[in-house]
Amino acid sequence: MFELRRKFLKGGLSVTLLPTLLGTGMLVPTRVLAVEWNTTAFSASKVGEALAAYGATGAAESRDILVNAPEIAENGAKVDVEITSNIADTNSLAIFADKNPTPMCGAVAFSGPALPYIRAQLKLAETTRIRVVAKAADGKTYVAFREIKVTIGGCGG
Amino acid sequence: MTEQIKMRVQNRGEVSDIRILMQHPMETGQRNDEKGQTFPAHFIQTFTLSLNGKPIIEGQLNTSIAKNPLFTFRALGIKTGDKLSVAWTDNIGEHRQDEMTIA
Repeated sequence: MFELRRKFLKGGLSVTLLPTLLGTGMLVPTRVLAVEWNTTAFSASKVGEALAAYGATGAAESRDILVNAPEIAENGAKVDVEITSNIADTNSLAIFADKNPTPMCGAVAFSGPALPYIRAQLKLAETTRIRVVAKAADGKTYVAFREIKVTIGGCGG
Repeated sequence: MTEQIKMRVQNRGEVSDIRILMQHPMETGQRNDEKGQTFPAHFIQTFTLSLNGKPIIEGQLNTSIAKNPLFTFRALGIKTGDKLSVAWTDNIGEHRQDEMTIA
């Protein structure tokens, strides 16, 4: 296997052989992701565009999404955010920071025994409103907002 | 070069807290060095948390997740002997997978 890899790196193996090798399963990665990275949503520079690309336009505001975050974050490079959804059958949660250069921070999908809960650390460029979008199994989307004051931004250098 | 993914599970009754630390620079592509050269973006784009080989959490991330992403997730009914694995892939095609058995 390592021999083969070496050859690949050296370019000694012809490209025409590649599909054959793929067919044998030798080069198939050990893991397969069901979802592809949502380039449009993650690259959008306006929160409205990001929400649209993620499919969360017109989400209903909900008190059943609990967002625990500091009111004032001294260091925007690491802002701890804790999210719990009490909406029945929450399939996924996504986080957006309105004023970040690319507002969409991440999205997480839950299945089986996983509970709709995330604790993560965000980079926030400046004082911003963050919003958490929950998608339920019936396709409905819900949103909760939270304002975070940032003393030192966490994106530039 | 990728570094090992650290996982820790804490059982609190039925619910378990799963903490995951994926060591990664999470470079935004917006920072400059002293010479004004931009550090190219380098960040984890997707990750999967699997329980006994079955994905239970799938995430997509942007550059706005803090360096060395640390997450806590929760799941029901995790027990001794269960296998937990985490795999990530970044924007330049690097990837990493690690597994642990619940003690």
